[in-house]
Amino acid sequence: MFIKLFKYSIRDVARSKWLLLYGLFFLLLTEFLIWFSSDTSRAVVSLLNVIIIIIPLVSIIFGTIYTYNSREFVELLLSQPISRKSLYHSIYLGLTIPLVMAYLIGIAIPLIIQTDIDISILLIILVSGIALTFIFVGIAFTMALSFDDKVKGMGFSFIIWLSLSLIYDASILLLIWLLGDYPLESALIIVSSANPIDLSRIMVMLKFDVAALMGYTGAIFQRFFGGLTGIIYSISVLLIWIVALYFIGRIKFNRKNF
Amino acid sequence: MIKIDKLEKKYGKVTALESVSFDVQSGKIVAIAGPNGSGKSTLVKIILGLVRMDNGEIYINDEKLNSHFQYRKQVGYLPQIGRYPENLTVKEVISMIKDIGGGEETFEAELIDEFELQEHLNKEVRTLSGGTKQKLGIILAFMFKKDLLILDEPTSGLDPISAGKLKKLIKERNSEGSTVLLISHIMSEVEELADEIIYFLNGQISFREKVRKLIEKTAGINLENSIAIFLNKGVSY
Repeated sequence: MFIKLFKYSIRDVARSKWLLLYGLFFLLLTEFLIWFSSDTSRAVVSLLNVIIIIIPLVSIIFGTIYTYNSREFVELLLSQPISRKSLYHSIYLGLTIPLVMAYLIGIAIPLIIQTDIDISILLIILVSGIALTFIFVGIAFTMALSFDDKVKGMGFSFIIWLSLSLIYDASILLLIWLLGDYPLESALIIVSSANPIDLSRIMVMLKFDVAALMGYTGAIFQRFFGGLTGIIYSISVLLIWIVALYFIGRIKFNRKNF
Repeated sequence: MIKIDKLEKKYGKVTALESVSFDVQSGKIVAIAGPNGSGKSTLVKIILGLVRMDNGEIYINDEKLNSHFQYRKQVGYLPQIGRYPENLTVKEVISMIKDIGGGEETFEAELIDEFELQEHLNKEVRTLSGGTKQKLGIILAFMFKKDLLILDEPTSGLDPISAGKLKKLIKERNSEGSTVLLISHIMSEVEELADEIIYFLNGQISFREKVRKLIEKTAGINLENSIAIFLNKGVSY
């Protein structure tokens, strides 16, 4: 049953003009950065800085709007002989997979065709984008299922994005400034693990192994874990994020009064 | 057909349904009426499994509903406001529900002709007018022959001709054995279609009566008038 539903769900999302724009944005951005950067590494680092802001923002907004808009449709499908579990899977994956595909096509095609990018760097940047999409669609789902009021749901989603992408950096700086005299390493690793955006950034930077680009938390990861272990740790924590949000969304969807 | 026993539902501190019990015999058309917020929609949504009940029991064809979903194979539902995946075409939405139905016999071709949806089949749902969306809802609810039809304000948004066709269709399906739960604000519609009316007030059943008998007993000029007389004065039976 899931496959049947998933087929229609993915067809619905894939036809959205926003999705096409999203894919085109990545394609043009990657092209632009390849053209105007002197080498591939610089282009990829610039790309990463845009990706870690745009993917969470688009995933959380698109995800929240889509979940609210599909509410009556969910009512219709739930009145059919379908389990809530199948419906949840088809909506969550039907929304996430087209977003992931738009990102993959937009980024990977120009990088593969026009640059001599190292395959492991390409893979790690693709993995970080995929993980961010799953996580932020998961957050969007959880918010939209937690609040019946669209404005509240959108508001909380936006606040989460703002906190993780902008306020977080400022808080880290403040923390270091205030408590610089104390050993902060373990605390900062925990704080970074709680932020999938920072974790994705650190993961890619560890692969590049350029100290100047690491940032404070990246440098701590480098020192604490070393390059490869740091990357494995980051991927594992991102996976925990994905799985946790998937289950929270599923429990909420299962208990929801539609 | 349906048996509901001591059904209770609260949303936070607000009581939506308070110890509601009734049964509906097979082959009847029973109207659920009442003012806004009286609990009608909650009741229907609990029967359909859209809303989780706090307490109580529901049986459909003597089978107790718990968290399983297979019983919905016997249920057709027409929502008040039909919203469908916006980027799918009418044809795709119909095939989707048909696919989910799992190979049961369907009657969508006749319904598409009857409700003149032919020219809209290849249009995406977001381009349809409210009335056409409602017609799509009718096709989806009636394309299978179900034991139980739950119709929530079925004629809302329809032009008079289509509303007439829908009423005829409801009567036809009922004469073929479908039990119908009709949720409606339009008392003339209830009077025309329903055998009985269950009237909800503040989450409880205020009264249940055969439509003809209620009009007779209250000496009202029509059902609407009879309900007003009943609620204002009360009638002893």
